[in-house]
Amino acid sequence: MGILQTWLPYILAGIAVGGQYALIAIGYTMVYGILRLINFAHGDVFMWSGLLMIYLITVLPLWLAIIIVIAFAIVLGTTIEKVAYRPLRSAPRMSIMISAIGVSYFLQNIALYVTGGLTKTYPNIGFLQKTVKIGSATTKMVTLITPILTIVLVVLLVLLIKKTKIGMAMRAVSRDFETSSLMGIDINRVITVTFVIGCGLAAIGSVLYFSNYTGINPMSGAMPGLKAFVAAVFGGIGSVPGAVVGAFVIGICENLIKGAGWTTFSDAFTFVLLIIILMVKPTGLFGEKNIDKV
Amino acid sequence: MADREVVLKLSDVTMQFGGVVAVDNLNLEVHKNEIVGLIGPNGAGKTTAFNVITGVYEPTNGNVEINGDVVIENYPQGKMTDTYKGRNQGVYTEVKTMLPDAVTKLGVARTFQNIRLFKGMTVLENVLVAMHMNQKQSIFGAAFRSPLARKEEAAMREEALELLKKVDLYENKDDLSTSLPYGKQRHLEIARALATHPTILLLDEPAAGMNPQESDDLMKFIGRIRDEFDLSILMIEHHMQVIMGICEHIYVLNYGGQIADGTPEEIQANPAVIEAYLGGDE
Amino acid sequence: MNNNITLKKQTKTILSIAAIAAILVLVYLTDDMGGNPMLITVIEKGAVYALVAASMNLLNGFTGLFSLGQAGFMLIGAYSYAIFTIPKNSHAAVYQYFDGGAIQWSIVEILESKMGIFGHYLGMLIPMIFAGLFVALIAYLIGIPVLRLKSDYLAIATLGFAEILRAFFQWNTLGPITNASNVLRKYTVYNNAVFPVIIAGLCIAFIVLLINSTYGRAFRAIRDDEIAAEAMGVNLFKHKELAFVISSFFAGIGGALLAMFQTTINATPFATTMTYEILLMVVIGGIGSITGSVIAAFLFTACSEWWLRGLDSGTWLGITSPLFRAGFRKVVFAVIIMLIVLFAAQGIMGTKEFSWDGFINWFRNLPANLKAWPEKHKAKSEAKKNEKAAVKAAKIKAKEDKKNSEAKRASGEKLFTPLETFDHVVVFDKEGK
Repeated sequence: MGILQTWLPYILAGIAVGGQYALIAIGYTMVYGILRLINFAHGDVFMWSGLLMIYLITVLPLWLAIIIVIAFAIVLGTTIEKVAYRPLRSAPRMSIMISAIGVSYFLQNIALYVTGGLTKTYPNIGFLQKTVKIGSATTKMVTLITPILTIVLVVLLVLLIKKTKIGMAMRAVSRDFETSSLMGIDINRVITVTFVIGCGLAAIGSVLYFSNYTGINPMSGAMPGLKAFVAAVFGGIGSVPGAVVGAFVIGICENLIKGAGWTTFSDAFTFVLLIIILMVKPTGLFGEKNIDKV
Repeated sequence: MADREVVLKLSDVTMQFGGVVAVDNLNLEVHKNEIVGLIGPNGAGKTTAFNVITGVYEPTNGNVEINGDVVIENYPQGKMTDTYKGRNQGVYTEVKTMLPDAVTKLGVARTFQNIRLFKGMTVLENVLVAMHMNQKQSIFGAAFRSPLARKEEAAMREEALELLKKVDLYENKDDLSTSLPYGKQRHLEIARALATHPTILLLDEPAAGMNPQESDDLMKFIGRIRDEFDLSILMIEHHMQVIMGICEHIYVLNYGGQIADGTPEEIQANPAVIEAYLGGDE
Repeated sequence: MNNNITLKKQTKTILSIAAIAAILVLVYLTDDMGGNPMLITVIEKGAVYALVAASMNLLNGFTGLFSLGQAGFMLIGAYSYAIFTIPKNSHAAVYQYFDGGAIQWSIVEILESKMGIFGHYLGMLIPMIFAGLFVALIAYLIGIPVLRLKSDYLAIATLGFAEILRAFFQWNTLGPITNASNVLRKYTVYNNAVFPVIIAGLCIAFIVLLINSTYGRAFRAIRDDEIAAEAMGVNLFKHKELAFVISSFFAGIGGALLAMFQTTINATPFATTMTYEILLMVVIGGIGSITGSVIAAFLFTACSEWWLRGLDSGTWLGITSPLFRAGFRKVVFAVIIMLIVLFAAQGIMGTKEFSWDGFINWFRNLPANLKAWPEKHKAKSEAKKNEKAAVKAAKIKAKEDKKNSEAKRASGEKLFTPLETFDHVVVFDKEGK
C-alpha cells in the first residue's frame, strides 16, 4: 500500500499525459501509414491549437472556443497538406520530409513573432481543473477525463476505419498507394480525411495537454510531437491501437522516471525507448513486416 | 559438361515468405563457362532465387555453394518450424549468411530486372563504383591523394575505360547514366557487373523490352563476354529466342517449384513446360 | 554558339591560390582594422555554418542518409573544446556552483607557458581536434544501432539522440565538468576572424577531396541505390559508418568554432531548431553541392544577422511599419525558405560545384543569356500553358472514356479484345516490360 501511495500520483499523471500523447500520435501514425511521411509539422499544429485557445477564450465562451480551435487545426493541417506536401507527392521522400521540416520551422517562427517569444499562460478551464480524489491521491479532473475521452475517441476512430467506406479506402491506400489509386480510390480525398482526423484529435489533445501545464511557447509543440511520433513507432507505425498503447507506455514511464527523481532524463527516456524498439523490433508492437522488393 | 567443375550449386533452396513459398526446393548447378537459363512464368520465383544466391534474402531451407564452398545455408527455425511448407526439413542444420557485398567479393555479380543504375552518376562513375571494393587505399589516403590512391585511381580509370570500349559505351562515358537509351542502360548494367571481376554472372532478364534484332545482338554479346571474361552465366529470360539460342542447360520453374531441366531441345519437347507456359486443360 | 573556354590546370591552380590568399588577407585586415562588426559576425558565423552545412551535406546529400543529429554533435564539440581551455584563474568564477569544477587546468595555458604564441595556437588546435575525435567516437557508437535503420527512422533516431545528449550535458551530476545547465564562459577564443575561416576552409577542402575520391563515389552510389551499391560490393554498413563518423567529426569541429564565436555556451540552443536551420542551409544551397552549402551558409547568416535585421527593429530599407517587430525577420525568412523548398527544390547550385571554367563562362555568357532570356521565358511559359491544356484535355477525355465504357458495358459490349487474336509469342512474353 505504501508503495502504491507514493507512486499513484505519478501513474495517474502518466495515464493522463499518455492519453494526450495518444491523441497526437494518431495523426502521426495515420499520415505515416498513408504517405510514408513523418509529418514534422504535426507538433506545431498542436502548439498552434493551444496558442489560439489563449486568444479565443478572452472573447468567446468555452464551448465555442473549443469548436473553433478544432476547426482551425483541421483547416491548418489540410492546408499544409495541400500547399506543402501535395505538390511533392512524386518527389523523392527526402524532399517531402524537408518540406515538412520547413513548415515546422515556419509555424514556430510565426508563433515566435505573434507571441513575441514570451510564454503565454494557458486559460484556466474550470471543470478540467477541479480537484478530485482517487484513493489516496488528489488530482485534477483533466487527469480523469483524458484517458476516458481518448479511449472513446479511439474506439470511434477504429470503428470508422473498420466499418465505413472511407475507412476501407484508407486501409487500401495505406496497404498499396499506387494500386489503390488505379482502382479508382480518390487518393487526395483519403489523405485530406486523414489530416482532418489527425489534426482534429491533436486539437482536442492540446486542450487537455495544456490544461495541465501553465504556459505555451513556440517550442511547446516540438517535444510532445516527437514523443507522440515515438509512441507511434513503438506501437507499430500505421496502427492506431498501437500508437495509443505506445503513448500510454511512454506517458507512464516518463512520469515514473520523474517520480524516481530523474527529471532531467524523462525526455531522453523516450528516445532511448525508440532506439531499443528500432533495434529489437523495428516494426513495433503491432506493425506488419514489409519486404522490400528487389 | 559433367566433366567441367561446378561453380555454383543450389541444393534444396526453399524461400518462404509468411505462408507463401516463393521458391520451392530448387536444385540447380552451373558449371564453369556454362550459360544456364532459368525460365518460368511470371511469379515463378526466378528473381527470388537470384536474391537468395546474392544474399539479399536468407533462404528458409537449403544451401548455396559457390566454387565448392557452402556460403549460404539455413533451415526452418522458430515459428517457421511449424509453418514450413517445403520439403527436406531437417536435412540442413547450419546457419550461414552472407551480405550481398560479400557474395560479390566471392566473384558473383548480378544485374537487375528493373535496371538499377546509379542515377546521379556518369557512365564511367557507375563502372568505377563497382571497382571500389578491390581498392587498397584507406579513406585518408583517398582524401589526401596519397601516392597509392593516385596510382589506384589511374589504374581504375584505365581499366574502366577499357571495359567501356568493349561494351560500346566509350563515347557515352561522361553522360549521365540515366540519359542513355534503354538498350545501352542494359549494357552498362552488364559492364558494371563485369567491373567487379566476377567468375559467375547472374543476368536478370537482360533482353527485357528489346526487339528481335536487339536481343539477337545481346545474345552474341553475352556469348562474347563469356569467352572474353572467362565467365559462367546464369540468366533469367523470357525471350525464348535468346534462351534457346544461347543456353546449354535450362531450368524451368513454376509456382516456385522446379518442373523441368535439360538442354534446350529437351525443354522444348517437355510436356510439363508446355503446359506451364500455355496452360493445360483444367 | 559554344564559345566556352577551358583553362589550363596550371592557370586554375594559380587562380585558386590567389583567390584564397586574397580572401584571407581581406578577412584578416577587415577584422584587424575594426571593420563593420556586422560583416565580421557574418564572416565568422558564416564560416562555422558553412563547415557544419557541408558536413551535413556529406551525409544527407552525398550518402543519402537523412540524419538530424547535427546540433547534438555540435553541442558535444563545443563543450569538449570549452572545458579544456578555461584558464585556471577563471575556474572558480565559471564553476561557481560546483566548487571550481573538476578540471583545474587549461591546455592553452600549459602549452603557452612552454612554447609561447605557437603553444597558444597549438593549445587551441588540440582540444578542437579532440572535440572532433570525441564526437566521431560518439557518432561511431550511435551509428552501430542507428545506421541499420530505414531512412526516415534514421531521421527521428538521430534527432532523438541529439535530445538525449542535450539532457546529458545538463545533468547536475556532471556539473563539475559541464557546469550542468549554467553557461560555460571565459574559455580561450580566437582573436581574428581569419582563424575560423582557415579552419573551416581546410575542413571543407577535406570534404570536397573525399567526395571526389573512390570513397565519395561509393557514398553517392549508396545514395542513388542501396541495393545496387551492395550488389557492386560496397559494404553498406561500413561506408555509412564512415560517412556518419566523418560528418560528425566536422560537426564537432564546427561546434568548437561556434563556441569560440559565441564566447559563452549553454546546451539549450543546441536543439532541433538549430539542426533544422542547418538542414535548410543545405537545401537552399542545393542538396549534393558543397559549393551551394557554403554560399547558402553565408547568405543565411548575412540575412539573419545583418541584412534583414531592420525587420525586427521597425525600419527596413527605409520602410517603417508596425509589423516590423521582434521575430518578423524570422517569419520572412521562413517564407523564403518554404518558397525555395516548394518552387526551387534544386536550391542555388543544384548538384553543381564551383569551377573556374564554369565561373568564367557564366560571366562570358551572361550578356547573351540575358538577351535570350525574354524569348526563353516566353517559350517556357508557353510550354507550361500547353502542358496545362494537355492535362486538362486528357482529364476531359478520361471522363468521357469512362462514360463511354460504362455505357458500352451497360449495353453488353465486350471491352477487351478476345485472347485468340494474339499469337503464342505474346503469351510467352507476358512479363514484357
